[in-house]
Amino acid sequence: MALLEIRNVTRRFGGFVAVDNISLGIEAGEIFTLLGPSGCGKTTILRMIAGFDLPDEGQILLDGEDLADTPPEKRPVRTVFQNYALFPHMTVAQNIAFPLRMSRCPDAEIRQRTRDTLQQVRLGDRAGRYPNELSGGQQQRVALGRALINRPRLLLLDEPLAALDAKLREEMQIELINLQREVGITFVFVTHAQNEALALSHRIAVLNSGRVMQVDDPPRLYGFPGNRFVAGFIGHINILDAQVLETAHGHTRLGIAGLGEIIVPPVAGAAPGGKGAFAIRPELVRIGVHGDVTELKNHFPCEVRNLLYCGDVTTYRVQLANGALIEALLPNSAPGRAELFKVGDAVNVGWRHDAGVFLHE
Amino acid sequence: MSNQTAKLPPSARLTKWLVCGPPLVFLLLLFVAPSAIMVVASLRFPGEFGGLAPVAAAPGVLQGLTLETYRFFFGDFLYAEIFVKSFLVALAATLICLVMAYPLALLIARSPKKSRDLMILLVILPFASNFLIRVYAWMILLGPQGALSQLVNSALGAFGIGPVHLLFSPFAVLVAMVYVHLPFMVLPLYTNLEKHDPSLLDAAQDLGANRWQRFWHVTFPLSLPGIYAGATLVFIPVLGMFAIPDILGGTGDMLIGNLIKDQFLGTRDWPFGATLSILLTGAVLLCVLVAARLGGAGMRHA
Repeated sequence: MALLEIRNVTRRFGGFVAVDNISLGIEAGEIFTLLGPSGCGKTTILRMIAGFDLPDEGQILLDGEDLADTPPEKRPVRTVFQNYALFPHMTVAQNIAFPLRMSRCPDAEIRQRTRDTLQQVRLGDRAGRYPNELSGGQQQRVALGRALINRPRLLLLDEPLAALDAKLREEMQIELINLQREVGITFVFVTHAQNEALALSHRIAVLNSGRVMQVDDPPRLYGFPGNRFVAGFIGHINILDAQVLETAHGHTRLGIAGLGEIIVPPVAGAAPGGKGAFAIRPELVRIGVHGDVTELKNHFPCEVRNLLYCGDVTTYRVQLANGALIEALLPNSAPGRAELFKVGDAVNVGWRHDAGVFLHE
Repeated sequence: MSNQTAKLPPSARLTKWLVCGPPLVFLLLLFVAPSAIMVVASLRFPGEFGGLAPVAAAPGVLQGLTLETYRFFFGDFLYAEIFVKSFLVALAATLICLVMAYPLALLIARSPKKSRDLMILLVILPFASNFLIRVYAWMILLGPQGALSQLVNSALGAFGIGPVHLLFSPFAVLVAMVYVHLPFMVLPLYTNLEKHDPSLLDAAQDLGANRWQRFWHVTFPLSLPGIYAGATLVFIPVLGMFAIPDILGGTGDMLIGNLIKDQFLGTRDWPFGATLSILLTGAVLLCVLVAARLGGAGMRHA
């Protein structure tokens, strides 16, 4: 049984349906991410799990028990707020000890556990400081320590990295992963940043307009997006309108308007004449002038239109004879080798037959 | 500090003086100078028919400077008693104002933004009519023919307790003191409470704090600067107030304000009046200093 089960939950604000009949199961010990653009309902779900909002329909169960009648202060669920919401009039140690004081722990135990938690979030030398004397990363660690000290069943993190600069964000991601492994508490993470979600999560639920688009682990979500929205929302991708021409044993033939035919692995539920889109990641597209590309089942002649040099990789945008543009990402794996091709070069573009996916309409 | 000033370019220094100048002149002319005059007046002898005796009169009696009035003040227990009584009345009025204003300020601060302005307007609406008129109105409200007196006395009569006079009593004074000064407590409290980040209360609740704990551990400590500001704005005027005890207090109820007024207008003992004023000003400054200290400590991290 899942630790937290969201069953057919709907939440409306006036005429606006923020959460539309969503069901999700979150397992004990995992980092589960609710990912979606703003307004997709992810924060509403988080607030309903924390207890600040209640579903209009459906149930939220923790360990099989309905939480509907449990107020936020009684739920074994803690939240790390987006702005951290640290108490400005309390020191770091007082902030961290707050949940224990509220539950009327004995003083000696509060002191001991506060000290342990301060060590755990590496703030032992900041115990007497006030929040406004700390850096963003340190404030974040106070919020984490404060939320974890009472060992909740579930920790909710609302865009916890949004307030940090890029460099710190990466460090904090690693810290969060380590901390979660150490404490073993289930983390539910809300974000609109797909790269954060991919880096942190064990599983991700992609949301859009109050509905779940797909739930999967990061590699599957990235590699096999189930629909156009997920494909477009996560990472870069080339999407071309396509139609199923033939479903044979071992492969499916797709027709792409103006481009021609391509071969993809068998597509579940595809029937000749079915419409959809063919999606392929730029890093799976190869470009070349020699046989290495033309040996591939899917390859087409084209011309280099643009290139973007990014240091580690270069993005090439090539144009096919019929005008379609395809992006290809090539690693700059040898020092100083920036431009394998130049704008205007006639090249071949191709990909392995199992590199792309067909998305049903 | 002086280093910083020296480094400023001349134009910035000029701007600084232009900005600080008017309030500085204002304070010098209307606070420092009168205070100095009062200090000197308190050290002189009273004139024959009121006012002050000339500093250099004909040789003989009553000339020069003297500490006589201070000796007089500290020599008689009566004056200390009036001081203490005035402080207690001011303290009581401040506390009652605080207890009454806090829930109101909290209610306004947590109301929808649209209705807040209207509610604040209602709080300050009494200022639209003259202060003395509002105090006289209490004479009617508390008078023996007033509904309130009738109600209270008929209730007390049922228990066989004789009729009480609400008017011309310390009670009437306190009621009017609280009534007049309540907005001065509500406004700074509201200004403070309105700025509180609501996510702090969510966080407190999320971390296991019940309604009372949320108030006591989050809202209240964060509102301390507002409480100090409001308390200062109520305490000081109440301490010096003479109109309300004059009108509603009856003959027996004398506070420092009345005592000082009497020295100047009744007894015509200006040096003693000046002494009382100086001592009162000193006491008030001490209170402000303490309040600023406490408020400053609370505000540093908020």
